[in-house]
Formats: sequence, structure tokens, C-alpha cells
Amino acid sequence: MSNQTQITTPAASQEVIKDASMLKQKAMIADNYDKLTRAKELGLKVASTYVPGNLNELIMCFDMLNNLPEINAIQNGMRKKSGGMIMDAEKMGHSEDVCTYVKADIGNMAKGSIAPNGKPMPVPDLLLLSYTGCFTFLKWFELLRDQYGCETAMLHVPYTGDGIITDNMRDYVVKQLKEVLIPTLERVSGVKFDIDRLREYLRQSAKAEDDLVWVLKSAKNTPSPIDAYFGGVFYIGPIFTAFRGTPDAVEYYQLLRGEIEQRIAARMGPVTPDGDLGEEKYRLVVEGPPNWTSFREFWKMFYEEGAVVVASTYTKVGGVYDYDGFRHDPDNPLESLAEYCLGCYTNRNLPTRVDMIEQYLEDYQADGLLVNSIKSCNSFSAGQLMIMRTIEERTGKPAAFIETDLVDPRYFSPANVKNRLESYFQMIEQKRRAGGSARAA
Amino acid sequence: MDTWVKDMRKLNDIVDYCQTLYDDLNFTAARDWKAAKPGRHVIGYMPTYVPREIIHAAGMLPLGVLGGGDNLEVIHGDAYYQSYICRIPRSTIELAVTKRLNFVDGMLFPSTCDVIRNLSGIWKLLYPDVYSRYFDVPQNFTSAVGGTYYVQELRELAEGLEGISGTKITDEALNRSIDLYNKNRRLVNDVYNVRQVTPWKALSWEVYLLMRAGMVLPVEEHSQLMTDYLAAVQAEDRPKRDNCRVIVQGSFCEQPPLNLVKSIELAGCYIVDDDYMLVNRWLQDEVPTDGNPMENLADAFLNYSGETACKYVPEREDKGKFLIDAVRERRAEGVIFAAPSFCDPALLDRPMLSGALARENIPHISFKYAENSGQMQPIREQAGTFADTIKLWGEA
Ligand code: SF4
Ligand code: SF4
Repeated sequence: MSNQTQITTPAASQEVIKDASMLKQKAMIADNYDKLTRAKELGLKVASTYVPGNLNELIMCFDMLNNLPEINAIQNGMRKKSGGMIMDAEKMGHSEDVCTYVKADIGNMAKGSIAPNGKPMPVPDLLLLSYTGCFTFLKWFELLRDQYGCETAMLHVPYTGDGIITDNMRDYVVKQLKEVLIPTLERVSGVKFDIDRLREYLRQSAKAEDDLVWVLKSAKNTPSPIDAYFGGVFYIGPIFTAFRGTPDAVEYYQLLRGEIEQRIAARMGPVTPDGDLGEEKYRLVVEGPPNWTSFREFWKMFYEEGAVVVASTYTKVGGVYDYDGFRHDPDNPLESLAEYCLGCYTNRNLPTRVDMIEQYLEDYQADGLLVNSIKSCNSFSAGQLMIMRTIEERTGKPAAFIETDLVDPRYFSPANVKNRLESYFQMIEQKRRAGGSARAA
Repeated sequence: MDTWVKDMRKLNDIVDYCQTLYDDLNFTAARDWKAAKPGRHVIGYMPTYVPREIIHAAGMLPLGVLGGGDNLEVIHGDAYYQSYICRIPRSTIELAVTKRLNFVDGMLFPSTCDVIRNLSGIWKLLYPDVYSRYFDVPQNFTSAVGGTYYVQELRELAEGLEGISGTKITDEALNRSIDLYNKNRRLVNDVYNVRQVTPWKALSWEVYLLMRAGMVLPVEEHSQLMTDYLAAVQAEDRPKRDNCRVIVQGSFCEQPPLNLVKSIELAGCYIVDDDYMLVNRWLQDEVPTDGNPMENLADAFLNYSGETACKYVPEREDKGKFLIDAVRERRAEGVIFAAPSFCDPALLDRPMLSGALARENIPHISFKYAENSGQMQPIREQAGTFADTIKLWGEA
């Protein structure tokens, strides 16, 4: 393919093909960490905030940088540093029972908050507590506030318990944006809010979102040109983190789309760390976040068996763009930011999550549902067994269950996960023989 | 002679009655209440807080559902939850699938944590024809922002209940209910105050049972029961022990087994405050009984509700203040963090609270429990050592 480059990844010490989009994303992330770690020197203010309900476009209106502690925890997980950080936090009195993102973050702070580029992260000027879809967020930033002593602004995003966004919920979030967040951001940054600037960022966001959705939906092809979980976490990177609303994000998704168009034309499967996937044997929908500490090993267990994830719920945690067509809307800027927050995956009630998964199974002609149950995460995990049961009842497709953790290596047992996956693939085969599930072509 | 004196029950009778209510996993008292008159409805609610006044004003019985305790064999419930999730949702499901809640006309799931939040969805999937609602409260505490939102949430709750009963909740009815709950809260506080002053008389496990009775009885009956208890306990002559005085913190949702409450006391600690059933005393002052009752309830929540892990504390310097104030007011000598295993809110909060206590030199220990914990020996030993240490410090 024309826009590929041979590079060597230090992690795997092996030759892999990197697409132009991957290189672009890598450069974007490196540049962002560079800016973050040089924020003081560059005179830039930093807001720490979460991936779900992240208000990147708004933060950019104040010339501020956006730092996401979950992403830092993931980075440390993938670099195999999180285990020690978690144990440090436990030694400091944090319970072994709670979310390991929090403990990885706190353990990292104790070590001087080192960014992936080896330089220390700045102390945030603002903790922007977007309380969206996860209870732990509330405590996490109280804990960080306790350590940093910096200003904290809360954005309470109500949970859509009845599966709908009510006017009251939307109005409440908009009011908080107007009366709490914007004045706080103005004060902390010294920059006056300009709604037209916000509109422009939102316009860029919507463009990128269109292309992201196109990419996600490309998995309807057989074979699927993408893996919507393991590959998906890279595809959502720019939109989830510090780039939504930027021309860079628009360009990234255009590049990505171009690459995937080529893969479809060539009837190619997804890229994996070991090159292109061969025969597509199983098409899966996955619910729940991945394990990060053994991400490659985990992924390998799938692609070695020819299993492709054609849709995943985790890739919707920082915004749902495919299921009901949400886009950031420059004509209704604050309302659309509110709706974005309200619609993030874990802010949706369980029946809606079931409906989404059911629709994915149908639309993407998947063989079944796999749940990765994460010990850390009650927001995702509490209720997953009910989701599985309901999906099986409704679709007749097999559902299975593995247990790992996000960034705590103690809870990743490769032998166990592999065994379960093998049994699951056998189950799919059996279903096929019995005529219960469409054979991937 | 006042009627309550005439009708006053003996302490043992009151406690036995509360114990019977506590042991009854079929909720017979609530079933009987419902059966006594056609058209009556029962609305279940989980911890931590729902405005029971609104349920009462709808002519309904609010029923606190606090899990299955240590006497319920959980068979089905475990199939709904992974091993690393606390006990209360699975035992609550067990209560439901074994039809122990089949007389309940609606369920409310307050915004306590993601487990209860997601349980609201499981309920919708399991019982699509039963009214259920995730009950949200604001985390913004200004009246123009959080207050406006909350008033509307209260209205939506009221409309949901009206849909079940077919009758409108009037302001008059709601103000009357607020009045009854004000009285109930006064009595709850009286009981806590009496226990604080004379903990050897108002034993903690009795107070616990008395508060639990408030989960299943109509508010009027619960108030009467507390009135009777207060009179009976004053008349009681019980030996004062050389116990230390502690506050138990972190048990606001999944409840400890009654034996745990007893064990703490037996180990030498008088519990002089706790957060077991916060719904009984969440609003810390009287709610006005005139004017717009929804606004009054919202105002009370914003301006004088209690503090617990599920409520945001906007200012850093206020974190832990509520607990430290309670230590001072109750003249407690230490704090026992007793949290359910896998309880995110309580366990994430604990390092901040223990930090605040440490800054004030207030001794504290922590342990975890499950509602069905059977082994009390380790807890008794830990609490006993804690009591001894406090006494030694006190004498030093
Ligand atoms: S509990 Fe889940 S959603 Fe919340 S911070 Fe942890 S991993 Fe993220
Ligand atoms: S015990 Fe804790 S984690 Fe479990 S439901 Fe209650 S508040 Fe949530």
C-alpha cells in the first residue's frame, strides 16, 4: 500500500507495517505530551478531565491543554509500569477493592507523575470533574484535589436511568456549563469565552465523527477490514483524547478512512501487530474495556484464532456516534455538549446497552457476544451477566465471559483467558453446525 | 395520662418486635399494611436516600430494601454478579426472584453508586411492568442550578407515583407528610442523642433494630415505637461499662450483620454515631410545612442534608469536616471505618477521611465486612485492641 512505512516497534522488537494514520496519531500524541510536559514553559494552562464527558472543544476555547488521567493510566499499563504504581497506592492505604485506574494514577503521582516522554506532568490548573457515567470519577478527583490542592469544577451529568435524555437533564447540564464551568475556565485561563470559537471546533468535531463512524461501520464488510476493539482503541484515540475539534483529528480520520477503503477494495482483514489477519473465522461483539497490561498477548489470543471484533461497546465510552447518530452540533453548541455527555455509553441504562449490543450483533452479522468483565469497573461490570443472559435469550447467539483487569497485571491470567476463549470458539462452531449462527464468509 | 404512657411497651417487647421485623424476609408487616385496605401500594427503595415524604403523600408505604442480611441463602442472585461485586445487589435480586418482593408496586434506586445504578436497569429488564426509577440527586448545590433540576426530578417522581395510584399528590398532603417525617427525624435524633449520653442504656444493636423498623413500618408507627423506646430505655437500669466511644463510618449501604454491631459493643466500644440508615436522618433540620413542598424538600437537600461518600464535597477544606464535627459533638474517642467489601464509594472515600482524622489526631481503624459475614472473632479482636489503645492513650 502506498502510504505505509516500515518501522520497528521497541515493544515487540519486530517488523510491523505502520499505516500513515498510525504515524500521524503517534506524532499527535507525542506532540501533546510534549506540550503538556512543557506547559509551564509555554505559558499554557492545563485542565485534567475524564474521557467520558470530555469537553475538549470547550477547553480549547480557553487555550488550555487537556490531560486525561485514564489515558495516563493506560499508557502506564501498556508500558507495564502500572502494577508497581497500584501496589504503591495500596501501601498508601487505598483499598485493593477499588478501581485500578485511580490507584495507578495515585501511585504515579507519588513517583512524580512521569509522562510517557519521561518528563514530569504539570500540576493541573483545574480539575474538571465531568461526572459522566462513572461514580468513581467523583471520588477520583476528590482524591486528586486532596493531593494537588488545585481548583476543581464539577459538571454533574445525570444518568439516563429511563433510557432517555429529558429536557430537565439537558437544561441542568447546560446551566452548569454556563454558570459554573465557563466562568471557572475564564477565570483560570484568563481567556474570555467566545461561542463562535466553540462552534468552529464543534464543526471540526462533527467532520471527524462522520469519518470515525464510517470507519466503525466498515466492519459490516466481510471480511471486516478493521478490528473494532483492539484496533478500535487506536481508532478512537484522537476523538477520545485531546484532539476532538482539531484539524489534526479531521485529517487523521480522513487518512484512516482512505486506508480502510483500500483494505475493503482488496478484501483485506484488519491489521494486527503480526501483520494482516488471515482468514476471518469468527466475528464477535465485545462488551467491556480491554486489559492493557497484556494488551498484545490478549489481542493475539483473538487474531491467532481468526477472531475479529466487529463492534465493541468500549469504543463508545467517550461518546456514542454510531448507534443513534449523535454529532456535535455547531448550531446548538452548549446543548450538544450536554447531549454528548449524557449519551456516553456508560451513562446509558442497562436496557439501552442491551439494545445497542443486540443491534450490533444483527447489523454486523456477528457470531456472538464476548464480555470482558473488568474487576475494577463497576460502571461497566455490574449487570454484565444480565446483559449476557438477555442477549442470549433475544438473539439465540452464544455469549461468553472472561475476567481481567484494566491495568492491574495481577488479574490477567493468560491461561484462563485463553481456555475460555477456546471453549467459546468451540461453542460458536457447535452453534454453526446446529444452524444457529451465520458462518463468516 | 398521655396515651403513649398508657400504651407504653416494655423495652424487651419493643426490641423483640423490632427483631421480628428485622428477621422477616417476607416483609409481612408491609404486606399486611397493603392488604388492610384495597388500593394501597408499596414502594421499595434502596440506600442511601429517597424523599419518603412524597411516597407517603401518595398514600403509599415506603419500604426500605437493604439486602438480605445474613439469614438469606443467596442462590439465584449470585448468577447475576461477578465475585468482585458487593453482596447487596445479589441478595436484593434474590429477594425479588424468590417472590419476597412480589407485593411491591415500584422500586426506587437512588444515586448511591454504579452498582445500584445498574441494578435499576436489571430491574427494568427483569420486571418491565413494574414501576422503577433511578432516583438522581444533584451534585451541584446552588438553588438556581441543582435546585431547579432537583425540583423537576421530584415532580417526575411524584408523577410516576401518581401513575400507580391514580390520584394526584396535593401540596397539602405533601406538607402533612413532611410534618410527619419532621417528627420522625426529631425522634430519630432523640434516640441518637440518648444513646450518645447514655450508651450503656440505649445499646447500639437495639438502636440499630429500632432504626431498621423504620424501613418497614408506616412512619406514624415508627415514630410511636421510638417514643415508646425512649421512655422505656430511660426507665431501664443497665450497668455502665468502661467502654470507649466510637463512631462507625462507611456502612451506609450494604448493612453489617447484626452480630457485627453487637461485636463492636462487646469488644469494648460504645457506638455513639453511625451511618447505617442515613435515610432516617439525611435531612438535618426541619423541612418547612408551608409553601411549596417540592421546593422545600429540594432546599433541605441542598442546604442541610448529611454527608456521605456518594455526595460531592465542593470545597477541599470541607472534606471530612462532617465526620470530625460528629466526633466532637458526640464526644467520640475514635472512628471505626467499617465498609462492605468491594464498596467503591466507602472505600474510595476512606483515605481522605482517615487523612482528615489523622490531621486532628483522632484514632481510627478500618475493616471490611459483608452482609453475610459469619466470622466475628477477627473483628472483635480488632475492635477490642482499638478500645484498649484508646484507653491507654486517654490515660497517658
Ligand atoms: S470505574 Fe470504570 S469507568 Fe470508572 S474510572 Fe474506573 S475504569 Fe473508568
Ligand atoms: S455496598 Fe457500596 S458498592 Fe455495593 S451497592 Fe452499596 S454503595 Fe454500591
